[in-house]
Amino acid sequence: MNLRRDVFQAIADPSRRAILLLVASQAMTAGAIASNFDTARPTVSKHLQILTECELLKQEQNGREIYYHINAKKMKEVAEFLEPFRSMWEDRFSKLESIMKKHKK
Amino acid sequence: MEPKTKIHAEDGKQELFIRREFDLPVDLLFKAYEDAEIVEQWMGTKVIKLESKKHGSYQFETSDPKGNKHLFNGVIHEFVSNKKITRTFEMENTPFPVQIEYLEFEKLTAGTSKLTMQIVYKSVADRDRMLQLPFAQGINMAHNRIQEILKR
Repeated sequence: MNLRRDVFQAIADPSRRAILLLVASQAMTAGAIASNFDTARPTVSKHLQILTECELLKQEQNGREIYYHINAKKMKEVAEFLEPFRSMWEDRFSKLESIMKKHKK
Repeated sequence: MEPKTKIHAEDGKQELFIRREFDLPVDLLFKAYEDAEIVEQWMGTKVIKLESKKHGSYQFETSDPKGNKHLFNGVIHEFVSNKKITRTFEMENTPFPVQIEYLEFEKLTAGTSKLTMQIVYKSVADRDRMLQLPFAQGINMAHNRIQEILKR
């Protein structure tokens, strides 16, 4: 099986992307993740299973609860993960350029 | 169209590179970093202090949509007009360690220039957390917006 292709298939699904975005801000339990969606709990579990299998999410036992974390190492392979960081700089630099072009005159 | 700003972050390294070419002569590009008033305009931050010289220091302040203030500061180690700035960068009241930034300004043609920023972090994990920050903030912002809409 081609693992790399699996990663991209995993993030091609909008629900799975939404889960990744959610977990990026903080580690969460499956229940907490599911409470953010209207979809049935087993559907969310299936998405979590796929994301864990392709290593985009990591599980961590904390007492009786299992928390899902973003696997930053794997996420870096996905351009979308870097995109907000890049576009933050793109915005600043574009502003710099337009301000200095006017400055010239 | 190829994006103008390029990020190079190699796996397992505690540094990253930000590269961008500008339709500006190198002295104007440099001036955008040197002059406090201009920095305020493009960075979108309030400049509390900016001593553009060797052994000078700086402090910037930003406000988030909730009105919370965030302070950033650093010390300038090297300051060579139209060539380079080496400085530290620290986010106050956060667990992020100080990072060091090497900024290189290059003349390409009379009217174009290039900026290379090399940022070195304390550890690989610190770099990865920093890269993740705008991603996570984007989510938080989207979340807050959803909450505001739901409250109505």
